[in-house]
Amino acid sequence: MPTAFPLPSDLSPATVSNTASLLRIVALALISGAAIASRLFAVINFESIIHEFDPWFNYRATRVLAAKGFYEFWNWFDPTAWYPLGRVVGGTVYPGLMATSGVIYNLLHALNLPVDIRNICVMLAPGFSALTAWATYMFTKEMKDESAGLLAAAFIGIVPGYISRSVAGSYDNEAIAIFLLMFTFYCWIKALKLGSALFGTLAAVFYFYMVAAWGGYVFITNMIPLHGLVLILMGRFTSRLYVAYSSWYVIGTLSSMQVPFVGFQPVSTSEHMAALGVFGLLQLVAFTQLVRSHVSSKQFQDLLLIAVVTTGLLGAAAFVGLTYAQKIAPWTGRFYSLWDTGYAKKHIPIIASVSEHQPTAWPSFFMDLQFLIFLFPAGVVLCFHQLRDEHIFVIIYAVMASYFAGVMVRLMLTLTPVVCVASAVAFSSLLDTYLDAAEPEEEVAEASGTAGTPAVASKKSKKAAPQAEAGNAFTDIVAAAASAKKGDSPKVKAIYGLDTRLAIIVNALGMLAFFVFHCTWATSNAYSSPSVVLASTNQDGSQHIIDDFREAYYWLRQNTPETAVVMSWWDYGYQIAGMADRPTLVDNNTWNNTHIATVGKAMSSSEEVAYPILRKHDVDYVLVIFGGLLGYSGDDINKFLWMVRIAQGVWPEEIQEPNYFTPQGEYRVDDKASRAMRESLMYKMSYYRFAELFGGGPATDRVRNQQVPKVGPTLDYLDEAYTTENWIVRIYEVRKEDLLGRDLKSANAFAKGKKRKRSKPLSRRRALL
Amino acid sequence: MPPKAAPAVVEPTSAVQTLWNAYKDHTTDRLKFIDAFLVFLMLSGIVQFAYCVLVTTFPYNAFLSGFSSTVGQFVLTASLRSQVNPENKNEFKDVSPERAFADFTIGSIVLHFFVFNFLG
Repeated sequence: MPTAFPLPSDLSPATVSNTASLLRIVALALISGAAIASRLFAVINFESIIHEFDPWFNYRATRVLAAKGFYEFWNWFDPTAWYPLGRVVGGTVYPGLMATSGVIYNLLHALNLPVDIRNICVMLAPGFSALTAWATYMFTKEMKDESAGLLAAAFIGIVPGYISRSVAGSYDNEAIAIFLLMFTFYCWIKALKLGSALFGTLAAVFYFYMVAAWGGYVFITNMIPLHGLVLILMGRFTSRLYVAYSSWYVIGTLSSMQVPFVGFQPVSTSEHMAALGVFGLLQLVAFTQLVRSHVSSKQFQDLLLIAVVTTGLLGAAAFVGLTYAQKIAPWTGRFYSLWDTGYAKKHIPIIASVSEHQPTAWPSFFMDLQFLIFLFPAGVVLCFHQLRDEHIFVIIYAVMASYFAGVMVRLMLTLTPVVCVASAVAFSSLLDTYLDAAEPEEEVAEASGTAGTPAVASKKSKKAAPQAEAGNAFTDIVAAAASAKKGDSPKVKAIYGLDTRLAIIVNALGMLAFFVFHCTWATSNAYSSPSVVLASTNQDGSQHIIDDFREAYYWLRQNTPETAVVMSWWDYGYQIAGMADRPTLVDNNTWNNTHIATVGKAMSSSEEVAYPILRKHDVDYVLVIFGGLLGYSGDDINKFLWMVRIAQGVWPEEIQEPNYFTPQGEYRVDDKASRAMRESLMYKMSYYRFAELFGGGPATDRVRNQQVPKVGPTLDYLDEAYTTENWIVRIYEVRKEDLLGRDLKSANAFAKGKKRKRSKPLSRRRALL
Repeated sequence: MPPKAAPAVVEPTSAVQTLWNAYKDHTTDRLKFIDAFLVFLMLSGIVQFAYCVLVTTFPYNAFLSGFSSTVGQFVLTASLRSQVNPENKNEFKDVSPERAFADFTIGSIVLHFFVFNFLG
């Protein structure tokens, strides 16, 4: 048999397979190393610190768990959150992440390795990303073969779409959830392939872990039933499907109800009903099959079919009836917002106000997946080509996840694994085809004509069977496409010579190399910022750290009594609780819309209206984020409209969004700003004494590029308590009621009048210290 | 699953009779034993469900765990039945009867672990 390049012929098959498995282990180890290492930019560029917002709560909860033990954590009532309501943390949290860190912490301490809990929290996401790579390898191996699995593991290890949620310090539920997602899917596929109740049970146990770890478990709850349903509808019901699905569903559902936050939802909400319905359907179908195997009468079977269909319809009717009778909770708003992208904006502004709930912009697909996004459809087509049961799973997953990723930015995360799997299948088929050394024998090839494909297959017999099959898949598609174009009898499509092979392989390797460059660049530049600490570049290229947030939080921690209540917009609630250790009114666990709207109302109304609200809630300090000096665009003035909208949702008579725009419909903070805007507490607190900073020159807000009025706003009911170095965080103290019973405005005016008569003392900015 | 309702419409006795005879003739004793257990579980589940509907759902978690334990045990046993059924031999190439029983045991243990935890 002619080959394109010489192959060693004196190797025993055992040597080849041993070497291959050793190489696989080495490759997986290296991939794990790369996955962990590429997530460490955040630690190297900044420090070992918890990132962003939600991780601060997880970190705080984990500290409680590590310090006081699991039961204490389970029963933890946090009186400092949602002041004065408090929060039952144990019952309103997915405890999987904290429990994982707690177990690791205790394990390390049992081994006499005194690792700080913060470092465990910081390093948890990179560590689990290595496990994700392994789980993806196992999953893809079931789709095609080991080489595709290795490619998929390498892709998921470094792809920015996953790194964005799992860099060191990003201590959030997604950090462990993607591993659990992939491993549950792997167990499911394995259970389905083997018909093994053991793997079904394993899938259920990991499903339980997933339920305990992330609200996104609903994705699994609906993906697996959908797969089962499609298989039944395609007439692919087997006893294996019955075994796999039944064991997964029963154990998985019962175990998911052990998580207090989930409770009875799996038997009472619409999101979980699909799984129950498919479970019932499977029982019916399985029973029908059993009866069929005993009786072969045609009439009997027809009757049976009718009985099954009737029962199915009755079940559906019962579901609708129970929903109307409110025994089953209808779909939640979050679910509707997945189908109708405008829904959240109209009905639940608090969901729409979160930036990661916005629809995905097209460039971010390329940013997050780079060349995988081109290979992804090819991989899905290859799945259609073979269409075994597990390929149907990948196809469904691809369709669903693509849709969801288009609706919400954060759901890009669920798309990423399937993109990696499908791309790896496509890429490895390409490599299989072009790395194969077998050359077609020309005379046979030309003679055989129509029987071309089997001829090629037989020549590839040297390769392992599944690989050759997959390799064929690719060639077949090319052949089919080519023959469809020409419209004549298909000819042998095979690869001749070394140059063709090299041309393709070099290109493919080039794509891989660029992918690695892109991933490294995206990770280091876009996804590794802790957002608690900001970085800018000095003129000489060195890095300048902007540490205003921690400056302000530590000021609060060290200069205020422990019971001082701090009001801020909900974004900063977790950070204040975590870093300043002070009670907050609202935080990122946005469970009480009215409470958030109250804060929104206080921020968006005038001082006179806001003051009673502040006093009623025992607010001692108000904290605002102001980026105007530095050009930090994520500040409260830019979020202000959401505060207005959310407040308007509860008090439509008192707060109206149009009042905050100029008559021309512009959002302005300069001289032309509307009256409601200029008098709002938020505006006043942001720009209080801002103009003085420019010494009489034009005071420019660098975020909105507008010149603020030279005479800034005055405050009667609040005192400036602290402003950080770059003015990003400003803290105001709420004045107590006047001792003489005057309202604070007139008291203030009186005091000012008096001062004017004496020599006016220089106002000191941090006088209240 | 009482499916006898539909066949009962036409030729009530004969169709069910044929089914019963075919079942008696073509099922091994082992499978019949498993089936007896399945029938017991089904009756137990029906009793619990009737209690829940007619009397009270009050300790809802207790009802759920009791009912899940029967349903779960039912489907695990049904899985075991289809795995050891000689007719399904070529579907379960990798699952020997011994392996099937081991799977069944592990599944039941895990199931009842959660049942006991949830009884409350």
